Amino acid sequence: MNQSRRLFRALAVTSVAGAAMLMVVTTSGASGSSGNNPPAKGAPGKIGISLSLTGEFSADGVAFDQGYKLWATDINKQGGLLGHQVDLVVKSDASSQTQVVTNYESLISSSHVSLTFGPFSSLLTEPAARAVDRYGYAMVEGAGGAPSVFSAGLKNVFDVALPVANSLVPFATWISSLPKAQRPTTVAYATSDDPFTEPQIPVAEKIMKAAGIKTVYYKVFPAEATDFSSIADDVVAAKAQVVILGSVDVPTVQAFMQAFEQAHYSPKAFIATAGPDQGLAFSKVVGKSNEDGVMVPNSWYGLASNAASKAMVAEYIAKYGGSPAKVNADVAEAYAVGQVVADAVKATKGFNNAKIIAYLHSGVTLKTVLGSAKFDALGENPLMTAYTFQWQGTTGNKFVQVNPIGDPNSVKIEYPKPVWGK
Amino acid sequence: MATGLTLIFGVMEIINVAQGILVILGAYLSYALSVHWHIDLFLGLLITIPALFVVGIVIERLFLGRLKGPEKTAMSILVTYAIAIIFEGILNYVFSANYVELQAWYVNKSIPIFGIYIPYIEVFGFIMVVVLLSALYYMLYRTRFGASVRASLADQTAAALVGIDVRKVSTICFGIGVAVTAAGGMVYGTTTAFNANTAYDLISRLLVIIVLGGMGSIGGALVAGIAMVTIEDIVNVWSPTWATLSFFLLLILVLSVRPQGLFGKPAARVA
Repeated sequence: MNQSRRLFRALAVTSVAGAAMLMVVTTSGASGSSGNNPPAKGAPGKIGISLSLTGEFSADGVAFDQGYKLWATDINKQGGLLGHQVDLVVKSDASSQTQVVTNYESLISSSHVSLTFGPFSSLLTEPAARAVDRYGYAMVEGAGGAPSVFSAGLKNVFDVALPVANSLVPFATWISSLPKAQRPTTVAYATSDDPFTEPQIPVAEKIMKAAGIKTVYYKVFPAEATDFSSIADDVVAAKAQVVILGSVDVPTVQAFMQAFEQAHYSPKAFIATAGPDQGLAFSKVVGKSNEDGVMVPNSWYGLASNAASKAMVAEYIAKYGGSPAKVNADVAEAYAVGQVVADAVKATKGFNNAKIIAYLHSGVTLKTVLGSAKFDALGENPLMTAYTFQWQGTTGNKFVQVNPIGDPNSVKIEYPKPVWGK
Repeated sequence: MATGLTLIFGVMEIINVAQGILVILGAYLSYALSVHWHIDLFLGLLITIPALFVVGIVIERLFLGRLKGPEKTAMSILVTYAIAIIFEGILNYVFSANYVELQAWYVNKSIPIFGIYIPYIEVFGFIMVVVLLSALYYMLYRTRFGASVRASLADQTAAALVGIDVRKVSTICFGIGVAVTAAGGMVYGTTTAFNANTAYDLISRLLVIIVLGGMGSIGGALVAGIAMVTIEDIVNVWSPTWATLSFFLLLILVLSVRPQGLFGKPAARVA
């Protein structure tokens, strides 16, 4: 009895001491930085970034890394930020929601970075934004467009890219507006429960339902799933004429496409929320000519007419090779983050994050490789337009904008999609 | 894949956490042979299996053979994890983080049988597994070396006392355990887009399979592997969210009744 009492007392004392230490560490960390940690005179301006260089999002993480580095090279060529050469301090988070928080805390507390850029994916941006908010840092990001990121009520998060919920609207509107003879009558939805994908599907479903397109299959699968064969088989059995896939990566899209081809099933239209936008990384994986007709919503592609985008693409190709159509959209999203932060630093004449946050909330419109950026009260960029892109032709070189219809840069949609494996 | 892992544990009492990345290495070797030398994926196994056997021998000689004493199994997790990280870094450097998938004429094609399409790759993969497991079975139960392996599986001290070179048997078994990942990796790479990081998902599933089957039991690994796929596929029809969970529920249920797994032999591990 005495022994258990002693044990209980020891545990209680340890817990209280631990909690006290945690409070001291957290408070000192927060007050030590308070979002104002400018570089010393002549020293480089350190920018802290956590990226998924390994793990589930590694392909996107590496593309983001390339985009950030391209921007850093360019800004340093122009003399840096307020005369400070930019030094990117990148830590890998292995696509982990806990590691991303540890990384940003360490970047601010130990590496003493002056600014932070966002990680990849809404899943990681949400905890990352909360973490840097505690230190008073701004988080400008390019891959955290899910509603869950903004519903947290944080004032420090700014997404330069498209808010994701409306991404499928141009596609759904186009399908619904087809003449009755061409309009499909059935649609199947399969989506990962990721915060990036899930909000997109109900919006599309609502539009298509209103046009009389019947939902014959709707399934949400866990984000960590790796075997999609039975879900793909269900979609095949449903014989839907349109398939909308809520995917976050290339392997998910590849798994569905492979299962569809093996089952000799080819819907008239197939769109995936992410994966087909990854250029060469996508076309290489899905098999020769299978990318033909596949669509993806996004707000940027390598052939975008904006001059800054063209210059960035040329630089990218000079450094990493490939062709404009095969440049991953992540590269541009990362580059745009750098542009927005650079403009904010210049406008506020310093590295004070509180001033940067206030400036970005002021309603100012900035130019980026993605297009214009202006942030609403939540930090979303309402100026971004949702487009639909499609792989066309069998060479895998043609990735074109097809939607919105009537946009001067949109070309004719390939519909119905060619049969896979032919 | 799980067979190799369980064989290694059975003989060496080593938990090879690097098995997942070695599967991916096997897949990348098949990819390199197929893309650069246009060698068919199955024919390429004639090169990749011996190549990975050599990799296994080198790993065992350099790192694992040195592990001794009661902490051997625990230490093996750390050592093989370090090996996995090294391989992951090398593969990421050589092949980049972009996903790849193995391509051949039969990868996306299927044969219609009574209105059901059976993918060629699954048929060929099944035949390959039968051939490999038969060869493994023959080696274990019809050869002198196999007798040495089984003796080492049962009791290493007793095996050494009757003149078996347990160290040599361990080295060769580790080589075989790694060599089979070439075949597993090739089939895996035809059905799933992969990069070096895919290994983490693989190893977690492989470990669960051998725990359910019984650590060290090759037959157990086979049964548990089939059980995992079947249960997940059936539950997937009802709810994808419950699919993976259902297998783990089965695992908990089995382990609460039989802590040594379906076919594990606790007595063999007492010594």
